[in-house]
Amino acid sequence: MTEGVALLTVFVLAVFVGFEVVSKVSSTLHTPLMSGANAIHGVILVGAVIVAGTADEAGVLVVALIAVVLATLNLVGGFVVTDRMLEMFGGKRADAPSAAKEGGE
Amino acid sequence: MIPVWAQVCYVVAAVCFILALKGLSSPKSARRGNLIGAVGALLAVVVTFIAYDIDNLGWILLAVAVGAVPGALGARRVAMTAMPQLVALFNGVGGGAAALVALLEVRHSELLSDGALLASAFTILIGAVSFSGSVITFLKLQELMTGRPITFPGGPFVFGGVLVASVGLGVWTVATGSMTLAIILALVGLLAGVLLVLPVGGADVPIVISLLNAFTGLAVAAGGYVLENALLLVAGTLVGASGTILTRAMARAMGRSVSSILFGAFKGGSSAGGGEVSDRPVRSAGPDDVAIMLAYARRVIVVPGYGLAVAQAQHTIRELVDLLEKRGVEVGYAIHPVAGRMPGHMNVLLAEANVPYEQLLEMDTANGQLRTADVALVVGANDVVNPAARTSPGSPIYGMPILDADHAGAIVFLKRSMRPGFAGIENELLFDAKTTLLFGDAKASLTALVTALKSL
Repeated sequence: MTEGVALLTVFVLAVFVGFEVVSKVSSTLHTPLMSGANAIHGVILVGAVIVAGTADEAGVLVVALIAVVLATLNLVGGFVVTDRMLEMFGGKRADAPSAAKEGGE
Repeated sequence: MIPVWAQVCYVVAAVCFILALKGLSSPKSARRGNLIGAVGALLAVVVTFIAYDIDNLGWILLAVAVGAVPGALGARRVAMTAMPQLVALFNGVGGGAAALVALLEVRHSELLSDGALLASAFTILIGAVSFSGSVITFLKLQELMTGRPITFPGGPFVFGGVLVASVGLGVWTVATGSMTLAIILALVGLLAGVLLVLPVGGADVPIVISLLNAFTGLAVAAGGYVLENALLLVAGTLVGASGTILTRAMARAMGRSVSSILFGAFKGGSSAGGGEVSDRPVRSAGPDDVAIMLAYARRVIVVPGYGLAVAQAQHTIRELVDLLEKRGVEVGYAIHPVAGRMPGHMNVLLAEANVPYEQLLEMDTANGQLRTADVALVVGANDVVNPAARTSPGSPIYGMPILDADHAGAIVFLKRSMRPGFAGIENELLFDAKTTLLFGDAKASLTALVTALKSL
């Protein structure tokens, strides 16, 4: 039960951190922020990997692997699309020759 | 129990997530913040593979690859205009993953405490709501289904019934620990998600994405409680809390409350109205006339909207603005907080076209400058300049903060047709004596204006 209380404490503190950290964001960055937060909850991949890693029968493994695929989609896609959005905010100081500056860094 | 070093790594990852959200709050540090978040996530996943006793490793790595490749490619390739629905989709699959994880935990319910079982039921329900709700928002934004609110007689009672049923089922699942009940709970959650989003009107859909994002965060947090994994708990809670704040901020920018968005259509007050085309007379002009108006103005304020983005005309508008500036015209872009389809969406689109940050005026500054502007050039925007938001209390958008384009000396609308905007209501400003319309696709019209300006 103490384990439960410890987790509850962590939960309550995290709520306040979550409120505090985003309370002063300009509306310009609302979209990237939403997208970035969206990527962060993709870390449910950790949970999916744990369940898949302890699966003892085929049916359970299949469902867990589906969860792994979905969570990875969320995690990887989320961070990449956020980076792509933010690339455009930073890039213009460098006096980009044209807007066709796609691809990596 | 996992080793202490792994738990310490999880704490580091959690700090990375906090720094990521913190970094995202300023344009300068935003990109670095996102990278820090990605590093934290990578660390967490790698540590999980090492610290836990993971079987089926080959299968799991294959599944990771199957998810990672389309995720990265989709995120790289999608047009910036289609980004809101992509975020919705990523959010939905995250919720789905959380629900599946919790569902599988119920199979050894005899090992779970009552608290953990309750958290499982919560994750299954909320994850399922987030999944199906996000799919519906995706379909609405992708225009694979109508953006109008979908209501049916007795809708609120059906929705209320489903909510009561899901709570009852949740309690029953916790009491019995039955897998069958947990699966039924997931199905009811899917139904609830669909019913939640169907009555939401087009313009409000982005706010619902943000709300579902917070839901997924909470589902992940509860999943962390079930698995006794502090990192999932912290990460999910951070997203849940920040998502809630963000949802409220977005709703406020549109002068609406979250409950009126979700339940507006039930009461007949949703943002989408009739959507008929009016046949009242308007004044339209050709590109040459408009080019002259712009060239001999002292100050022009551009009001870009989603139509600009759809036509991929960000680069052409910048070319036009550059030409005007060369002639000594003072030009700025008036950015409504929800221009485009999400808050800040227009900033992203214009940044893509290398429009200097200083030319982007936030709403209050823009409204000050619009009073002294000779021309307000409205490109593919409609609802965000509709004076009905200020003047007619009966209008669905009444109370939404707008850009006061009507205060400018003259108003030029570049529009494809007389069809109303996303919110589906008529704009009186189109019929104003000061208003001139230039019909056509935004990009074609802007190209014509650029040509006309060059030959002046």
